[in-house]
Amino acid sequence: MVNENLINKLATLSESAKYDVSCSSSGVTRKSKSGDIGSASGWGICHSYTEDGRCVSLLKVLLTNYCIYDCAYCINRKSNDIKRAAFSVKELVNLTLEFYKRNYIEGLFLSSGIIKNPDHTMERMVRVIKELRTIHRYNGYIHMKSIPGASKELVYQAGLYADRLSVNIEIPSEKNLKYLAPEKDHASVFTPMKYIQNGVTEYKEERKKSKSVSKFTPAGQSTQMIIGATNETDQDILRVSSVLYLQSSMRRVYYSGFIPVNPGDTRLPAIRQAPLVRENRLYQADWLMRFYQFSSEEILDDVNPNLDLEIDPKLSWALRHPEYFPVDINICDYHLLLRVPGIGVKSAKLILASRRFGLLDTYQLKKIGVSMKRAKFFMVCRDYRGLNVNSSSPEYIRSLLVKKTPRSVASNQMSLLFSE
Amino acid sequence: MVVFQYDKSFEGLLCAVFEAYDKKKYPESLISQEQIVPLLTREVFAIETQTEKFLRVLTLLKNKMSVMELNRLNAVWLSEIENSDFLLFQYIKYAIDSKFEHSANFGHPVVLEIHKIAKKVSKEVHAWQQFVRFQKSKDEIYFAPVHPVYNSLPLVIPHFKDRFSSQQWILYDLKRNYGFYYDLSEVHPMVLEGSGEHLRTGFVDEEMLHPDEKLFQELWKKYHTSVSIKERINLKLQKQYMPKRYWKFLTEKQ
Repeated sequence: MVNENLINKLATLSESAKYDVSCSSSGVTRKSKSGDIGSASGWGICHSYTEDGRCVSLLKVLLTNYCIYDCAYCINRKSNDIKRAAFSVKELVNLTLEFYKRNYIEGLFLSSGIIKNPDHTMERMVRVIKELRTIHRYNGYIHMKSIPGASKELVYQAGLYADRLSVNIEIPSEKNLKYLAPEKDHASVFTPMKYIQNGVTEYKEERKKSKSVSKFTPAGQSTQMIIGATNETDQDILRVSSVLYLQSSMRRVYYSGFIPVNPGDTRLPAIRQAPLVRENRLYQADWLMRFYQFSSEEILDDVNPNLDLEIDPKLSWALRHPEYFPVDINICDYHLLLRVPGIGVKSAKLILASRRFGLLDTYQLKKIGVSMKRAKFFMVCRDYRGLNVNSSSPEYIRSLLVKKTPRSVASNQMSLLFSE
Repeated sequence: MVVFQYDKSFEGLLCAVFEAYDKKKYPESLISQEQIVPLLTREVFAIETQTEKFLRVLTLLKNKMSVMELNRLNAVWLSEIENSDFLLFQYIKYAIDSKFEHSANFGHPVVLEIHKIAKKVSKEVHAWQQFVRFQKSKDEIYFAPVHPVYNSLPLVIPHFKDRFSSQQWILYDLKRNYGFYYDLSEVHPMVLEGSGEHLRTGFVDEEMLHPDEKLFQELWKKYHTSVSIKERINLKLQKQYMPKRYWKFLTEKQ
């Protein structure tokens, strides 16, 4: 009976937590000391994948899904008639450790609905992670949500035990946020973010004086925005992200394609399918900003405020700027190499390393991992000097690269084409 | 064609390198003593494995190569891919002959191939870090079966030793029938005797399981299904990240 209870509770509280996208367990390396439980690996380890193809690396649960707020986009809002449950501190600590010891998970992702007030909720959450770290000497990964509106003292406490803290923006513009979540505003989101940033800088300074000072959220902070629930353009969204990335502790901005979990709410659009392609393009653009030395103004401008759904943002930039191409793979610098469609960070680095031994040709580039199908229109190398985007026209190259695959009804049926 | 015959051990391979430079004969094929000598063979040399020669080549390699590079060669050796020994021979020869830094020349086919095989092996090593599922037994030993394509288990052990230092565990390669046991202080190689059910199926007998084990398996399965978002089902993506060959022993897939 007790077991039944626990199983149902876990189902309810993980069901309520699953819309949080972040599942990364990277960014912190912690070796285990003998007798301690667990370690953290810098790259992060995904232990399983759900049927929707998302990774499971952390035990992602709410401490409770009771909530006093009434946000339109949230499944746990006050006015919803759903099953409610709450973990006791002991239950959750035990569950985390048992899962961890069986190599099911990389750590804990703790979030919560808001009971009574932000501080009361936050205090209970801190108790869980404090117990894990101090009593059980647990070294695994901990990601904790910082509750909007929680006090500075509690955020600072949480930062000592958690590897990563996060506060979700949810809606990119303040006007829409207030409309959908009457109890929240941007100040309640940005204030805890600032606390975390300050904590990181303060503790970094302290650590310079003495190594015994513990690290404050060593894996930094992250945040999340819902895409497609409101009318912001991709340009607005990327602008917010690029501002956030200016904070040194901000490691990731997640984009979550809107899923209508509360179908009755008229403030939200009625859509059948989450905007998955748009979400994917936003992640690609995000990657360009973080690893490819692009700025948000380069990716999108006022003429094109939204990302092209047919082609990826890097190709789209390259087609808008034929003047940079073709580049000579054997001469150009890393910055420009990264801008060639079909060349990623890895292959760019391999090219830099190998071309010191001799001029590279297309065969070698292919072997290195360059996608020549796209790259060939933007580059020249030892044995290739073909049609490129500058000598031809961007429109033509685009038409060659956009896949025209009409979806067939059944692939084993012969298709009969009748010309009109 | 020049052919070297050796005992297919790593020591033997390095002795083959020694002999090649000693005799100034460079093989175009490496075969074991039992293998049939290929057609059109001009000369066959039987290589004797001698510790002294092996150590001399090893010292040379240690001077010539970085730790990372040596680990890479070790991974390629453990891959057990056909002809990977000859590839290693070619690589070592290239490393010895080249006057400059050689390991980053990805334009060179042998260097690139070595990197690719090492990558495959390290991918599998990572997969075991992800997809190993321990079952807790009555006597508090955590048991997990693996069935690697490459002989990658030895490369995973340091990770598990570091992470699960406060519990006893066994990681067992069912395919090659050997494993490692951690007794709270050291890791020992081991071979399980007998014909227990767990050696055949990978799953510990019910009466051998810890009383709590079933509960946590149920909890994990429940968790795994309840975090999936139905509006976004994408089985292809799931299989891409978690290839089906690992599902055999996954608790959540039983």
